[in-house]
Amino acid sequence: MTVKDIFETMEYGLAPEAAGDALAWIVDQGASFGHFIDGKFTAPTKDFHSRNPATGETLADLSQATQSDIDAAVKAARAAQPKWAKSGGHARARVLYAIARLLQKHSRLFAVLETLDNGKPIRESRDIDIPLAQRHFYYHAGMAQLMEAELPDRSALGVCGQIVPWNFPLLMLAWKIAPALAMGNTVVLKPAEYTSLTALLFADICTQAGVPKGVVNIVTGDGAVGEMIVNAEVDKIAFTGSTAVGRRIREATAGTGKALTLELGGKSPYIVFDDADLDSAVEGLVDAIWFNQGQVCCAGSRLLVQEPVADAFYAKLRARMDKLRIGDPLDKSIDVGAVVDPIQLETITKMVANNTSGETYQSQTTLPATGCYYPPTLITGLNSADTLMQEEIFGPVLVSTTFRTPSEAVELANNTRYGLAATVWSENVNLALDIAPKLAAGVVWVNATNLFDAAAGFGGVRESGFGREGGWEGLLAYTKPNAGAKPTKPIAPFKGDDAPTDPLDRTAKLYIGGKQARPDGGYSRKVYGKNGALLGQSSLANRKDLRNAVEAAQAAKGWAKTTGHLRAQILYYIAENLSARADEFAARLNAMQGGRTGAKEVETSIQRLFAYAAWADKYDGAAKGVPLRGIALAMNEPTGIIAALCPDEAPLLGLISCMAPAIAMGNRVVLGASEPFPLAATDFYQVLETSDVPAGVVNILTGDHAELAPHMAKHLNVDAVWSFSGKDLSKQIEHGAAGNLKRTWVNNATARDWMSADGEGRTFLQAATEVKTIWVPFGE
Amino acid sequence: MHVTTTHSETQSANQLQVTEPRNPGMALDMDWVRRVQANTSAIEGRCATLPGRRSIKKDHQAAWLLKAISLIDLTTLSGDDTERRVHRLCAKARQPVRAEMLEALGMPGLTTGAVCVYHEMIPAAVSALQGSGIPVAAVSTGFPAGLSPFHLRLQEIKESVSAGAAEIDIVISRRHVLEGNWTALYDEMAQMREACGAAHVKAILATGELGTLRNVARASLVCMMAGADFIKTSTGKESVNATLPVSLVMIRAIREYFEVTGHRVGYKPAGGISKAKDALVYLSLIKEELGDRWLLPDLFRFGASSLLGDIERQLEHHLTGAYSAGYRHAIG
Repeated sequence: MTVKDIFETMEYGLAPEAAGDALAWIVDQGASFGHFIDGKFTAPTKDFHSRNPATGETLADLSQATQSDIDAAVKAARAAQPKWAKSGGHARARVLYAIARLLQKHSRLFAVLETLDNGKPIRESRDIDIPLAQRHFYYHAGMAQLMEAELPDRSALGVCGQIVPWNFPLLMLAWKIAPALAMGNTVVLKPAEYTSLTALLFADICTQAGVPKGVVNIVTGDGAVGEMIVNAEVDKIAFTGSTAVGRRIREATAGTGKALTLELGGKSPYIVFDDADLDSAVEGLVDAIWFNQGQVCCAGSRLLVQEPVADAFYAKLRARMDKLRIGDPLDKSIDVGAVVDPIQLETITKMVANNTSGETYQSQTTLPATGCYYPPTLITGLNSADTLMQEEIFGPVLVSTTFRTPSEAVELANNTRYGLAATVWSENVNLALDIAPKLAAGVVWVNATNLFDAAAGFGGVRESGFGREGGWEGLLAYTKPNAGAKPTKPIAPFKGDDAPTDPLDRTAKLYIGGKQARPDGGYSRKVYGKNGALLGQSSLANRKDLRNAVEAAQAAKGWAKTTGHLRAQILYYIAENLSARADEFAARLNAMQGGRTGAKEVETSIQRLFAYAAWADKYDGAAKGVPLRGIALAMNEPTGIIAALCPDEAPLLGLISCMAPAIAMGNRVVLGASEPFPLAATDFYQVLETSDVPAGVVNILTGDHAELAPHMAKHLNVDAVWSFSGKDLSKQIEHGAAGNLKRTWVNNATARDWMSADGEGRTFLQAATEVKTIWVPFGE
Repeated sequence: MHVTTTHSETQSANQLQVTEPRNPGMALDMDWVRRVQANTSAIEGRCATLPGRRSIKKDHQAAWLLKAISLIDLTTLSGDDTERRVHRLCAKARQPVRAEMLEALGMPGLTTGAVCVYHEMIPAAVSALQGSGIPVAAVSTGFPAGLSPFHLRLQEIKESVSAGAAEIDIVISRRHVLEGNWTALYDEMAQMREACGAAHVKAILATGELGTLRNVARASLVCMMAGADFIKTSTGKESVNATLPVSLVMIRAIREYFEVTGHRVGYKPAGGISKAKDALVYLSLIKEELGDRWLLPDLFRFGASSLLGDIERQLEHHLTGAYSAGYRHAIG
């Protein structure tokens, strides 16, 4: 074409980014890679190829890690960890800062290598992935610097096993490695088998940055290697990937005491209200679902449009789709690149082909003849019942339905097992800020989409996983309290001689939905004091009682919307009423447990109620320092329905220590009372009844913890299970929790001193809340 | 799509403005005007990422820059303008790039889109451009503030038209926008359009003085409803002139107006566009949001004076591989 021809057609032409330097780097490494263990690369074993999905060409030969490779990597990380942690925050800050600088210095090499390996457009790797990865290291260099001053009670977990996906290879590596290293951990990281190259280049960077050997170890291979890491002697697993694999990891790590964070799939709603800037909302979708070919866990893949503007919006959207340029990801004018692998392409193709509902529209643009390309696709007229409205496609396919009212929008948005992200478009600040907190999601973007920053937490609720990456909240996942824990001492109930101490029979029932309820099974257990006297009968709750309690808790969902001030008033009132009966409770505690600690336990319980009444309106969120004209709010939202097995020791204080933080934060609770000493809990419901606690907010069950635990863990409407039981139920609970990936907080057979500060405070509040990040760019 | 092969055919590109039916306007639709939304952050975000999303290199860049030249309203709007200064500008409009460079690029005879001057300079420009096919545009209606008596503003238009201006760049009364008096804006625009007769009318919104992007969008719509052939950002005299966000808002309004009425209205960003790279970004914005049809001089113009010089340097670099110097190119 001559210049004159182009003058007429005004076509873009080709604008290829040169791949020479990146290809030369691969060749310099021998075009084959081993694992990076203890600061050195192992000899390559050339077990599989890394391919360029845009062309199908092999880029390099990679090695599949064996068990001995994993053992060596974990051993190296274990050996390096104490010294790395002891080197101090400032020393680690310098190293992280050096990594950030080196990522910046070699930014184009990383970007081109990422695009070659993954197929994403060079614009994205160059302008988004690599700069965000740098930002993560800069930010966490600062966190390392501040750790001693700001987190004096926290220390490193130890060795972290980290498994990252193929959609943002270097960025997810940065999200995993930066906070881990900042807090003094060492890591064994596995990139996805499709996309290992930037992780291997990163290993090279680590050497240059002065990362001590063994601090960062990178092993390559497929899911089998991932399983080896999960089963290795590590202290934590951090995984980003599919919900199915996340669930398997949850089961595999159950009861091992390994910390776990999971960042999983999504089917994130993208809500367009009728007063939105429709053109901008259309443009937002380009960044929501056609960003990285839709292979984004938080992709706005479920479009919900308000009826009055639906047709106009779809027309604008289709016109915009036709303008998308699909092709060689190395071309600087390409919007949509190649899907990562032929297998992924086949999955997307099949899912769309199997759908018979709605109306399918695909971009009227040409696709390259070869390579893994799928056209941007919009399917309108779907309903919640359609498979494609529920299942994650992980490709450039947008599905859509309409809604009538804001409440219907919320209902549709939340009608999903996932809860990663959500987008809201409205020019009405009242509407947008009303909807954002109502969405079941870890991240909400208002009038924007796919905004990320190291200062703002990212992560999901429901089956999108748990834990946050980024911000102060992200550091919780890479630290533990300094204090070492002692093992629990099992407490057996006392036996006795059947002589009741109280001539008038008092019936201790279950407390469900604000009412005293007889146990479904119709069984009770005799409770004896230390002196052998029969103190009473306690009900044995079974799974149906648990079911009823959870239903009562579900019905009390309004509690989450109450103000902190109101919840504080109720907690004070509980304390007041407990105080009025302090002597009676003290006597009960002494009679059940023997000894004379009852009065002190009651007094501490009252103090604890005061403490959480105080916290109820003071556990503040934060406005994050993100590089944006706007605000990124970190809001502490209640986790939901928490089922807790209360400690066997401290029958009253333990119960209150579980209940009070949970309800202070707006959760509803189902409490399994102290198994050997249940009667303080059953006396306590009388206090609740006189303290204006709404029905269903607190439910108390008595009985066998081991009987209740699996049903709590598996109940799909329970959002979190805590266990401080004297029985070691941790494995059972964590395994069962894989069903809906509920949060778990289990004691792993370690004890807690409930009378001390250990039994109270931020650790409990953190467990009782989920951080939701709400991004609100502004400007007129 | 027309084909430009010779000097005279390049001129025919300029003539295209009479082949597209003019926008007849429509009744003022206040529901539509009030419905308009413009989310500033999102619009800025789109504009900020656009240069990274489209890259135009080598021959394509040269062709796009030549296209930009064909779309320039080469402008002088200074208190010290003289007839001879205007002659020099017109000579530059006829020969915007050194002849041998255009020859080498295969685009001999390329001219700018128009020459834009004050009323008093129209005769000088008309005589200097005789036979070139390059139209003369005149700024009018008490430019730049638009606060002279209304009947004099209408009279000014008529006199400029009879002096030979083919295009009239009017300024709207910003106060109508700021006071929310859309009817007054509509009536003003309609009367100015009527006063223009056969001459095309470009409505300068002075977006830097309208306060919000939402106001820019509303004013754009009202002016189109009242029959503007073009909507234009700025006089070049405001402290903030053409910007990408303002442009995006205006061209989205043009797109929606076209979708509803079937009439294409032209767009002219003016002031502040001085680099070849900026021109490429503007052209890609038009291509993406409005489509290729708007990349012709009857529907798009750059109001610019120093842009041409930078484009010339880039074109010489394209031809020689060596970075150019300003003094190697004729001043306009």
